[in-house]
Amino acid sequence: MHSLSELVSRAESLATDVELKSLARRDPGTPCVGLAPAYVPEEIAHAAGAIPVHLYGGSPSLEVVRGDAFFQSAICHLPRSLLELGLAGHLDPLDLVVVPSTCDVLRNLTGMWRLLFPKKPVHFLELPQRTDESGVEFYREQLVELADAVHEATGRTVSASSLRTSISLFNERRRTLGSLEALRRSAPRRVPTSELYVVIRAGAVLPPEEHLKLLREYLRLCRSTDRPELDMARVVVSGAFCEAPPLGFVRTLERAGCAVVADDMLSGARWLRVLVSEEEEDPFRALAEAYAVGGAMAPCRFAGAQRRTDDLIHAVRDAGAQGVILAAPSFCDPALLDRPRLAEALERAGIPSIQLQYAENSVDYGSVREQAGTFADALRLWEAA
Amino acid sequence: MSETVAKDAGQLRQKELLGQYMASLGRGAAEGKKTVYTFVPGNLVELLLSFDVLPVYPEINALQAGMRQTSDGFIREAERAGHAEDVCSYVKSDIGAGLSALSGSKAPGVPPPDLLLLSSTGCATFMKWFENLRSLWGAPIAMLHVPYQADGRITDEMRRYVVEQLRGEVIPALESLTGRKYDEERLAGYLARSRQAEDDLVAVFEAGKRRPSPIDAYFGAVYYVGPIFTAFRGTPEAVEYYRELRREVEGRAARGEGPITPDGPLGEERFRLVVEGTPCWTAFRTMWQMFAGEGAVVVASTYAKVGGLYDRGFRHDPSHPLESLAEYCLGCYTNLSLPSRIDLLEQYIREYEADGFVVHSVKSCKAFGAGQVLMLRELERRTGRTGCFLESDLVDSRYFSAAHFRNRLESYLQAVDLRRRS
Repeated sequence: MHSLSELVSRAESLATDVELKSLARRDPGTPCVGLAPAYVPEEIAHAAGAIPVHLYGGSPSLEVVRGDAFFQSAICHLPRSLLELGLAGHLDPLDLVVVPSTCDVLRNLTGMWRLLFPKKPVHFLELPQRTDESGVEFYREQLVELADAVHEATGRTVSASSLRTSISLFNERRRTLGSLEALRRSAPRRVPTSELYVVIRAGAVLPPEEHLKLLREYLRLCRSTDRPELDMARVVVSGAFCEAPPLGFVRTLERAGCAVVADDMLSGARWLRVLVSEEEEDPFRALAEAYAVGGAMAPCRFAGAQRRTDDLIHAVRDAGAQGVILAAPSFCDPALLDRPRLAEALERAGIPSIQLQYAENSVDYGSVREQAGTFADALRLWEAA
Repeated sequence: MSETVAKDAGQLRQKELLGQYMASLGRGAAEGKKTVYTFVPGNLVELLLSFDVLPVYPEINALQAGMRQTSDGFIREAERAGHAEDVCSYVKSDIGAGLSALSGSKAPGVPPPDLLLLSSTGCATFMKWFENLRSLWGAPIAMLHVPYQADGRITDEMRRYVVEQLRGEVIPALESLTGRKYDEERLAGYLARSRQAEDDLVAVFEAGKRRPSPIDAYFGAVYYVGPIFTAFRGTPEAVEYYRELRREVEGRAARGEGPITPDGPLGEERFRLVVEGTPCWTAFRTMWQMFAGEGAVVVASTYAKVGGLYDRGFRHDPSHPLESLAEYCLGCYTNLSLPSRIDLLEQYIREYEADGFVVHSVKSCKAFGAGQVLMLRELERRTGRTGCFLESDLVDSRYFSAAHFRNRLESYLQAVDLRRRS
């Protein structure tokens, strides 16, 4: 039993453990599978008895030197820190790294990994761009291949029954996260996003069972702890789905007067917005169907006509938000190429928005504070008018 | 440097063909023909032609805007509309051109799309590009998801997935657009002609192995691949073009002549180079003149393979039309894994007896760019040849510095020369 501040403090130390030191202290007999952003289903690694480890990249405290030397200036920061961590041996506890088809940079990183770390297995996961039957079946095959890769790397098999058990565990985590998000929407003061961020990110280096306990305890404490009402503007943060903004960025938004009531940060842990069927005979198929029906409409997914703008506007309405912060990492083609359309659609819907850029290692938040503060003031003034 | 630009017969014929194509776009639209926008890598031009629609390639429009020095204005237009400086300049040039056409500030160069055929081969940004074009023009998108060859091979599942999409998504979209039924026999006819042209194109590429090379396989090849990468693959005009081109190149080889550069026939072939990466279109001629001025000939390049790896054996197959199109989409250069790309470059350096290699990295293109530094190191290690890393952009002239580019290239070639002599 922790106090809220003790729990958050513990979560923060886990969330900022980008060098995965906590993993090194664990039982060496437990395999670990690294999952690169934006999304790889954790259930497969877990069903093999491995710890799924979200590789969220670096932070302002991680000095990136060798990783930097592999990329031109117009490439985002995430692959630099991932290579830095690999070259420094911090990813040695991982038995396998899985890289999804988030963008061209991460796609190419798979090949770089193979060349730089020939003894460290890496697996590429092609996420489907279709949600019809052909996409579902293709993705199901991809998941079976992923299970084979996990087996090859860890020596442990993913059976239908172990996968169903894992699905059940992660469904429970989805319910708990859903409750936290609902509480944040109804009373943002009770679940500050800077806390939720570290509590979710702590899951990167925890076995999922422990992470679930942490989340439940945090939910209990949030429900039971009354905190003072603050005069803040309610905003949605969108576009930060892959390279994670640093904690300082999130805190700066709050200090500038923005209560984040919905966001897409750390999306890998929150990708599926529906529960995965636990009854489906083929659990691989169940995961594939859940992706098609309830996978996050992140910028790396083909959105057809209006889907992403509609989803964002729905999220704003659902959260009772007053405005949107379109936050994207520098040089992120998927997020940045969405922004003009999203901004236009928001304007048409009468929802104010601003645009911010960041990198996972940003340390200077002066302009963020200024822009977000002005935005929050304007939202409150509009509300009052 | 001379004022007039020298061109070989193949380049002149290519210009004529593309001129006819542009005229056909204006005429076709007036005749009520439907326009389908699509991309060069993994394009399904034979299928489009079998439906009598007009294919339009936004990245060709962007590169032509770059060569004509109009892309900068279009990019500013897109940036004014909210697009970030950080993103692909092809996309911004094309969107800016569209915005200019819609606002009436510039006459539209091409008709607007009736359908956006999004074949995602080798570039995730293509998807974002067409999502933006959909908003701009309101045309529907037919999505063809082409899986990446991360493990350096095409699996049965990948092939089946693409064929299913061709049957279930692309063909119905074209049937609905045109009111015509899919005609496999007609498609096979186009594919048979593609195959003929592809044989001759490979012979042209292979000529780069001769000393001196009768072609420049990067700058010159941009012209040579134009018809087969765009609207002409599968047509009698393409068959004729490549037959003639092969004859011309073999003639030059037999006479011991080098390529024709913008300043006329190349003198002594001093350096044989392999090039990786996309050209900088706003400084295309300047770049070529810099290479040629040093007696540097590109004997093989990867850019000339973005529209198909014919020199590694792929041919369109009329006996299995849709499977063959799927194989084509999956096999284009940009869809290869980084290790496969490095293997290919290593083969080129050895097979074409190159003195060195240049990696030209463009700011815009992450599909090409991410990993190119490692590529340089790996190729140097494997081949013992020194490589050169040059940087600029596709069509945003702000990122090309002639003085910097020239210094890097000249220093590099001096180093190659010194090494060769020692």
